[in-house]
Amino acid sequence: MDLGNFASLAHFLPELLLTGGLLLLVIVDLLVTNKTHLGDLALIITAGALLLIALTPVTASAWLFHRMLVFDGFAMFFRALIALAALVAVWMSMGSEEVRGCDQGEYYAILLASTVAMFLMAESANLLMAYLSLEFVSLTSYILTGFLRHNRRSLEAALKYLIYGGVASGTMIYGMSWIFGISGSLDFAVINKALTTHGALPVLTVFISLVLILAGMGYKVASVPFHMWAPDVYTGAPIPITTFLAIGSKAAGFALLTRFFFPAISSLTASGSWQVPKGVDWPQLLLVICVITMTLGNLAALQQTNMKRLLAYSSIAQAGYALMGFVVLSNDGIRAMMFYLFAYYLMDAGAFLVVMIVANSTGREDIDAYRGLAWRGGVVPAIALSIFLLSLTGIPLTIGFIGKFYLFAAVIHGGFYVLAIVGVMNSVVSLYYYMRPIKTMFLDLPNGDEGKIAGDTWNYGLMGVLAGATIALGIYWTPIITFANRSLNFFVGPV
Amino acid sequence: MDHALTLITFVPVAGMVVCLAMPAAMQNACKWIAAAATAVQLAIAIGLYTSFDTTTTAIQFAEKYQWIPAYHITYFMGVDGISISMVLLTALICFISVFASFSITRAEKAYYALLLMLDAGMMGVFVSLDFFLFYIFWEVMLLPMYFLIGIWGGPRREYAAIKFFLYTLFGSVLILLAMLGLYYYGAQSTFDMTVLASNASHYSTTFQRIVWIALFIGFAIKIPAFPFHTWLPDAHVEAPTAISVILAGVLLKMGTYGILRVNFAMLPEATHQLAWLFLGVIGTINIVYGALCAMAQTDFKKLIAYSSISHMGYVMLGVASFTAAGINGAVLQMFNHGTVTAMLFILVGVIYDRAHHREIAGFGGLAQQMPLYAGMTGFAFFAGMALPGMSAFISEVLVLIGAWQTYPLMTVFGAATAILTAGYLLWTYQRIYLGPFNEKYAGYLDLSFRESFTLVPLAAIVLILGVYPQAILGLLNTSLVHLNQVVLSTPGPAVALLH
Repeated sequence: MDLGNFASLAHFLPELLLTGGLLLLVIVDLLVTNKTHLGDLALIITAGALLLIALTPVTASAWLFHRMLVFDGFAMFFRALIALAALVAVWMSMGSEEVRGCDQGEYYAILLASTVAMFLMAESANLLMAYLSLEFVSLTSYILTGFLRHNRRSLEAALKYLIYGGVASGTMIYGMSWIFGISGSLDFAVINKALTTHGALPVLTVFISLVLILAGMGYKVASVPFHMWAPDVYTGAPIPITTFLAIGSKAAGFALLTRFFFPAISSLTASGSWQVPKGVDWPQLLLVICVITMTLGNLAALQQTNMKRLLAYSSIAQAGYALMGFVVLSNDGIRAMMFYLFAYYLMDAGAFLVVMIVANSTGREDIDAYRGLAWRGGVVPAIALSIFLLSLTGIPLTIGFIGKFYLFAAVIHGGFYVLAIVGVMNSVVSLYYYMRPIKTMFLDLPNGDEGKIAGDTWNYGLMGVLAGATIALGIYWTPIITFANRSLNFFVGPV
Repeated sequence: MDHALTLITFVPVAGMVVCLAMPAAMQNACKWIAAAATAVQLAIAIGLYTSFDTTTTAIQFAEKYQWIPAYHITYFMGVDGISISMVLLTALICFISVFASFSITRAEKAYYALLLMLDAGMMGVFVSLDFFLFYIFWEVMLLPMYFLIGIWGGPRREYAAIKFFLYTLFGSVLILLAMLGLYYYGAQSTFDMTVLASNASHYSTTFQRIVWIALFIGFAIKIPAFPFHTWLPDAHVEAPTAISVILAGVLLKMGTYGILRVNFAMLPEATHQLAWLFLGVIGTINIVYGALCAMAQTDFKKLIAYSSISHMGYVMLGVASFTAAGINGAVLQMFNHGTVTAMLFILVGVIYDRAHHREIAGFGGLAQQMPLYAGMTGFAFFAGMALPGMSAFISEVLVLIGAWQTYPLMTVFGAATAILTAGYLLWTYQRIYLGPFNEKYAGYLDLSFRESFTLVPLAAIVLILGVYPQAILGLLNTSLVHLNQVVLSTPGPAVALLH
């Protein structure tokens, strides 16, 4: 179904709500003097968007806005995931000491704008739309990263992000122009038709263009070699924004990557497996990236002494794991990847939340600040952080284990044994650095100069929900896998 | 007895929840909660033991529910002769180790909660018949172990704890991969261990070998088999007494249990081909090397830890023999080693509690000051040496009789090590308990009632099984002989040279 501009709006309600909401925020910001309620408003808007998404049944898939966007199960999954990420980011912002000093109106408005942009990324059905939405996400992210205007680290992070991002998107759009040259179109469906039915494909040209495009998309998911920005940006940005970038931006990146490499480049055969265009063996390319990403992320994380940096490198490694589902070229793999991204959302958001709780009280983000946390009044956040970190390692009874289980299952089923072994060995390596904060919190005794931990219900409430979900969904995860399974449907209409 | 297995696994979990719910001021009560939970568990285990039908190879007390139907994952519990003996051992050792823990005074709430969680994890491993469930329990006990060693352990506890964790995680991820391989490339996609076992012939030989080795490494780390044993002395030395008791008493058995339950049952062909090397030769190395290392130790606890490695070698050798005597002896040895080493570690703990060191050379003539203690240690040492009349005698002799028929040369090494064992144990006894009395230890109290309470039941079991081994052998024989038949009916070893 190819819908025109007006007919499309019916499927575009969450985005409309968010856009309307962010405009409202700007106006209210001008009118009220007590800015603390702007966060409440942003929270209501995000929750509303999430509710709208939850209530929208995916009955019929369609092209929206003259084939610019696509409305299908896959988009709905990522809409839901990104909206959840935004909700967590807003919630955390309201409980963050760092953000409290900023211009509330602008902050939340840009956060919501970024959310809309991520939605668009997940829904793109056209290279132009893909580029625009990706740039939109980038621009808003640069601003949010540098939002702590009086903090040098934050500014430096924003600058680095901007420069790396500029290069990546320039490279990407150059690659897109090659694809356009080969296929004569920016439309994913037309590109697919051109690549799969082309008599003699200029294989090398296609390959180069894919590599160039990967620079932009790989940048968003922070895969090697486009990961360099992540540690600095994650460390410099305000913690709620770090969280938002780590979970939302990464999910949107994976959505775009999947939509481009699967329905746009490859094609689904009748037997339910995916087939690459003749000669264009992109999974091999991504396999190498995947292996290097997880290994490098894990090895670099071993050395970190700052929690945010540790989690930044861990999130690079986690992107490597998620890519495992991507390279096996099967629906099994994509489903596993989707499930894993959801799991990653819970555990990474939780981990950053605890980092924020500790930073709120002590003003510190280094691992040393966690010394003896369990013995100096912070036993609840200590246990919660342990749950999140163990989940990131993939220890059973957490959703992280189930996520890895599905990934390894897909990898083994696809016959990628070496990849499976590299993956599990990486899990073992990662245990070492994930256990380090746990060791510091429980096994070390406090010196007394670490600062007291003051709990507040606002943050503890969210922490409880995330930790509870990490465990509950690690024991009974059918709802999530069913959702991922139902959402695993790409709309590929007639050209 | 409908839900006995669920109950026996989750009673400790209930105890853990109660412990955690205790207000900090009343955390002293946690030890009694743990004692109560493990007592209930032990009672159920005895109930299961008495109502177990020893004449059938069928799975008993089975419970099966859907869990994640889309992936054919079920909540499937059940026991056969092999697992029921381990259930009994686990319940017994856990009950005793609660009492051996009474000297713990720091953060008791967390300690007993973790101890109970560990208990539940180990019990779960022995009663699970769904591979996925098995794996979950297998991994779940890593974490409490890490904290129990890491928080309440000795001076190098952090190193020992993370080493233990890394080693075992490395092994278990290999098991995970092997499990997925069995799931996808079998006759049907299932985690049901009984179905996987009955479809064993479906796998190709190469596949069987690769998966077998992956599983073996995973389980060998737990045993621990040479050369994967280096975590064990560290973990033992640093762990608090009760945790050493659990570690040696139960945890190590999970490795050999896994080999029987998974490698033997699911990959009989590869087992028949590879067992001589991986179980026979490595088992013999374990026996001899463990004993030699034990002889060289100056630390009492490390000595016991190495002797543990040596004694687990008998289990491997017996299992690899493919004879009824050998395999029965091996599983009986698993049980006996559990009780004997538990005693030995408790005894080390007793002296460490008083002297705060474990240097063998630092003691001397303790028998004069602590006669009861010295007597009990003598008894345990004799049990460790496998003297006739003690339980370990029967099991080791059975192992050697069985192994002789298959691997005469290795059996010679295994049997000759008994001399080494006697040597290092008697020499240790002489240095600690006999000879001139070291005045430093004057005024030390003999065994307390609580300490005796942990030792006497174990000693009684050692004696009873020494005279009447049928109490455990009766459980095992039917299941083990059947398992052995399955393995023997497949193509034989690639190298017949060693026979």
